[in-house]
Amino acid sequence: MPVKAAAQIVVVGGGPAGLAAAASAAECGKRVLLLDENPLPGGQIWRAKNGTITAEAEGWRQRAQAAGVEWRGGRQAVAAATGQLWLEHAGGVEVAAWEELILATGARELLLPFPGWTLPNCCGAGGLQALVKAGLEIRDKRVLVAGSGPLLMAVAAFLRQQGARVLLIAEQAPAGQVAAAALHLPPAKLRQAWQLRRATRGVPFLAGCWVEAAEGRQQLERVRLRRGVRRWSLECDYLACGFGLTPNSELGQLLGCALTAEAGIAVNRWQQTSVEHIWCAGEAAGIAGVEAAWRSGEIAGYAAAGRQERTAPLLARRDREQQSSQRLLRRLAPRAELRALAQDTTWLCRCEDVTVGEARPYANWREAKLQTRCGMGACQGRICGAAARFLWGWQINAARPPILPARVGTLAQAAPAPSISTEVTV
Amino acid sequence: MPERVRVKVNGRELEMPAEASVAAALMSAGVSGLRRSRTGEPRGPVCGMGVCMECRVRVDGRAHQRACQFSCREGMEIECR
Amino acid sequence: MPNSPVWDIAIIGAGIVGCACAAAAAAAGLRTAVIESQTPGGGTTAAGMGHIVVMDDSPAQFALTRYSQLLWQEWAPELPQGVEYSRCGTLWLARDETELRLAVAKQQAYRSQGVPAEMLDAGALAAAEPKLRPGLAGAMLAAEDAVLYPPAAAKFFLDRARAQGACLIQGECAALAEGGIKLRDGRRVAAGEIVLAAGAQSTGFMPGLPIAPRKGHLLITDRYPGWLHHQVVELGYLRSAHSLAEDSVACNLQPRLSGQILIGSSRQYGATSAAVEPGMLARMLQRAMDYMPELAQLSSIRAWTGFRAATPDKLPLIGAAEGHPHVWLATGHEGLGITTAPATAALLLAQMTGTPAAIPAAPYLPDRQPETGEAHA
Repeated sequence: MPVKAAAQIVVVGGGPAGLAAAASAAECGKRVLLLDENPLPGGQIWRAKNGTITAEAEGWRQRAQAAGVEWRGGRQAVAAATGQLWLEHAGGVEVAAWEELILATGARELLLPFPGWTLPNCCGAGGLQALVKAGLEIRDKRVLVAGSGPLLMAVAAFLRQQGARVLLIAEQAPAGQVAAAALHLPPAKLRQAWQLRRATRGVPFLAGCWVEAAEGRQQLERVRLRRGVRRWSLECDYLACGFGLTPNSELGQLLGCALTAEAGIAVNRWQQTSVEHIWCAGEAAGIAGVEAAWRSGEIAGYAAAGRQERTAPLLARRDREQQSSQRLLRRLAPRAELRALAQDTTWLCRCEDVTVGEARPYANWREAKLQTRCGMGACQGRICGAAARFLWGWQINAARPPILPARVGTLAQAAPAPSISTEVTV
Repeated sequence: MPERVRVKVNGRELEMPAEASVAAALMSAGVSGLRRSRTGEPRGPVCGMGVCMECRVRVDGRAHQRACQFSCREGMEIECR
Repeated sequence: MPNSPVWDIAIIGAGIVGCACAAAAAAAGLRTAVIESQTPGGGTTAAGMGHIVVMDDSPAQFALTRYSQLLWQEWAPELPQGVEYSRCGTLWLARDETELRLAVAKQQAYRSQGVPAEMLDAGALAAAEPKLRPGLAGAMLAAEDAVLYPPAAAKFFLDRARAQGACLIQGECAALAEGGIKLRDGRRVAAGEIVLAAGAQSTGFMPGLPIAPRKGHLLITDRYPGWLHHQVVELGYLRSAHSLAEDSVACNLQPRLSGQILIGSSRQYGATSAAVEPGMLARMLQRAMDYMPELAQLSSIRAWTGFRAATPDKLPLIGAAEGHPHVWLATGHEGLGITTAPATAALLLAQMTGTPAAIPAAPYLPDRQPETGEAHA
């Protein structure tokens, strides 16, 4: 039988939003369980490095701990039903019973297909950062940072600090949009951007520049770049390429929560989803940056604890932060030319090896899935679904359990052993 | 000096830092292709956070384990293809 | 709509049965339309296992499944690779001596009808499927049973029909009307004959039909090539499939050509939500693990549900709809729609064109007298 855990409020995801939500709810006197797939809190943005929690996460962890939040790391939520959540960990299965559920499942990188994007050592931007934090030795390696969004500069600064030779930062958005985005940054953000730029001094930053193809035999050897009419090649060891973030909404989908047009979990001003007793905070509800994430986490925590009045001072600040981030992201939106990069022979679905050309003729995601198997593999369309949404505007919204691969034995423990007679009455 | 452990990668003994994820350790050791795709192409880690499934390896006989999601352990047998 | 064509046949539903009927009608030279509101082959067809299996719940079921299996064998050389047709055979597992006697009786019944079937003792069974737990008594191997990937099979039939002039009309049927079908968006499809092949949704057009939705769950694993070789079904499946009221589970495992393993099966009456029910899924998996304990360690990637169109006597409705002139039924196939789609199409077209059929059509006629009492193995 699976181990059972119960709390009045269960928070899934230990990043900024989840930490804030758990701490806030516990400060209202609720019994709170905070779950995360990683052993330490921090989520992706405050990801622990080599087993050490980051300073930002540590501050929130202390606040949560002081309020009595029970932390359970190393647990992957794989299935859910009203009032229950199935968690897999290295040693087995747990069932968490909840009265209120706060989804703080964060976001993943938006990865877009271009020829060669499946070569080993072509990583996401945040992906390469996460791998280095997990011990990948990057010293003296030649890295190209490309794609779009504020993450690129942060990743470049981090990699450089770790000793990498960052050759170039290629931001696909046009220079004018990048400048306008910078001009409209709030002072604190502007200071941060300036610090990151200082940390990457000497590394060319090219706006309006993007990767057209990655080339190599068994792994990445060089990248073909384009900026305006100029095209050139650059030899490198790693490509760190991401086009911003896309919400992790699968758990919400599974529980029947409505989605936004931007593929996030739809919430009202108190971060409540379309399903009673289920709340969502942070990037899972829409990409809006770390400040908006923890602010929305506090709101969700208070509201789920029934202390809506405590959210009053927070709502306007969250809205401002969200709007500011969204303005920035709109300026850095992936350009139309990126849609033309993927050739008919470019892989769309990495799990099932389905090409862009094979999937393109179908009317929608479901039809393409059924007939080509794209999105039917182990990642369940997390990567190719987001890409297909970008390429063809397809709606991707049919998460099924387990939301991440789970042992058959885990799912078998969702109910007590049945008493089926062995008598056969054919 | 970080603690190091001995693991086997495709039968070859390698020393890896104990706290590194298997994906990071393999890449550091120059093993970039961790699995073969359905059509036989080499694939390696992409997202580093357990969602892209490109870093699946066989660990101690169990297939499809995400190498970015756990650390090296003394005596671990890893099979990449 | 000016000059909208008048079809000889309009088929409601592009599941595997509707698509097979369309292929047969178009091949017979009839002007054929198929109406589908969703993705063709995307309903119960996509939710099913795709097991081409001879079943002997009744002599009529045996005749239909075997006839259809032979038709699939004729199609086999033409099926595209994506259909993943594989003649892996079915192992009917006997837990103990009692079940072994049932398996022997089953083998004799198969053989008496000319269907190849052989007995495996405990040792031969363990050699055939090493992952089965020790202690099973044996199995009957139906070597001609096969598996395929149903949505691609439905598309194969649909593409074939279209190559012979049939047309897919994307739209939702609102009602059967005089001389055709009214669509939800106001369009009318004029047709001489209408075929209702809407599976569990058929009662939406003909409320009196003796069809009830019977929910099932399935789970698929990641790729484990060589792990499982045959479709493996416990003999208790027959009881599970036969029960008319109680929720039940049975061990039913399928090796996909991809190396994935499809784990079934569950049967529920009265369930209306398509959501995966963790409790029912767990019961089903426990049952499967009871036969193959190492399944517990495999990585699973997706569970889903579907609704079978179940009739009280476990036989489909194939033929003229009682009281509805020019309306024909090809529905009510329960868990055997993939197996019996080609036979259904052949029997229906024979009736519609007044030509002889390969097997007697009487047991499947919609106006048959319902058989009461126990059917036999």
